[in-house]
Amino acid sequence: MSTPTKEAAEPASKIDMKESGGGGEVPSFDVTLQVRRYDPEFSDEARWDEWTVTMYGTDRVLDALHKVKWEIDGSLTFRRSCAHGVCGSDAMRINGRNRLACKVLLKDLDLSKPVLVEPIKGLPVEKDLIVDMEPFFQSYREIMPFMVNNSPAPTGERIQSPEERERFDDTTKCILCAACTSSCPVFWTDGQYFGPAAIVNAHRFIFDSRDDAGDMRLEVLNDKEGVWRCRTTFNCTDACPRGIEVTKAIQEVKRAVLSRSM
Amino acid sequence: MTTTKSDALLPAQGIEAPRSGRIDPKYLRSGSSKSGSFEMAAWVFMRVSGAALVVLIFVHLTVNLLVGEGIHQIDFGFVAGKWANPVWQFWDLTMLWLAMLHGGNGMRTIINDYAEKDSTRMWLKSILYLSVIVIIVLGTMVIFTFEPCLLDGSGQLLESSPSFCQNV
Repeated sequence: MSTPTKEAAEPASKIDMKESGGGGEVPSFDVTLQVRRYDPEFSDEARWDEWTVTMYGTDRVLDALHKVKWEIDGSLTFRRSCAHGVCGSDAMRINGRNRLACKVLLKDLDLSKPVLVEPIKGLPVEKDLIVDMEPFFQSYREIMPFMVNNSPAPTGERIQSPEERERFDDTTKCILCAACTSSCPVFWTDGQYFGPAAIVNAHRFIFDSRDDAGDMRLEVLNDKEGVWRCRTTFNCTDACPRGIEVTKAIQEVKRAVLSRSM
Repeated sequence: MTTTKSDALLPAQGIEAPRSGRIDPKYLRSGSSKSGSFEMAAWVFMRVSGAALVVLIFVHLTVNLLVGEGIHQIDFGFVAGKWANPVWQFWDLTMLWLAMLHGGNGMRTIINDYAEKDSTRMWLKSILYLSVIVIIVLGTMVIFTFEPCLLDGSGQLLESSPSFCQNV
């Protein structure tokens, strides 16, 4: 492809762009990171480590963690996969709130104080910011997160009206990052509680018109450790990086359990 | 040789699935944790009794503290007068039972949420249930047997009786 290299000719009418465009320098600033470290191979005690790094206005907390890991201390350990808020690997407690490190811009934080980064609460810490997610996934599996349909498979797709699809649209967005479950004060003290994420994913199938196993899921969540353990503190709704109205979904499941047994 | 389920599923014989059987027991729900809908009943009760208590308590406060002479009217005689009427007996009885069960259940959930050790939880709940029962029984007894003008063995009013007893 050989386009004429007369660059000035192209944005003839976009004179204004010259001022704002042209890639003015991105502001940079110093960020102090305080990270909760834990390495059972060396010590049973967790400790705080602190680094000050120069970051840019376009950087996220994850970028700062990368900078530390790649340039200062390679032993810093955390999970991340896609780094764009889709995979849900890098949920952590940032300044006391559960967030995805890849979705929090540094410039949105109060940088006059150190940025506190801790592993999510309520799950066993394995190393630094990595927790054992297995109890979380165990609860997820127990609510049967798959479609169950007893009628014979149709030749085409199973038809659903836009309204029927809309009914559970919010809860389809879950990426299983565990930010909600590990923000729940009930889960902190009672690890047996199913937790918001499992209930959200049950909600996704309970209210799906194509699914036939809603009753079984409601029975599972009518457990002593099920939906009735929820105290509606809204921590989960605040924590969800996908903006799912988690507490509302839990309330809807409660109502469904109730109307089912009436 | 024992054959576990994971042996059968995995191509490599005898190698356990990653993380299998490694969950801390404190996360495992025991099979006996089925509540038989008790928790649901408790949840519904909290909402229904809460709504009822709003009406019960505010009518109670209005009648006792605002209507008539207000707070200055409250004495043994006032209480005895109210409880001579079965409507108020029933009103106060309902209020007592609902308030104690509502508050007791609220305390029960708080203990469940905050007590970390099973033994602590058991003790706190025992004390709670005991005090709820004592107060409900005592209160119910008082509502039905309230008698401000007590007589001694010879049929004379006790000296500690309130003054209005002279006129009865």
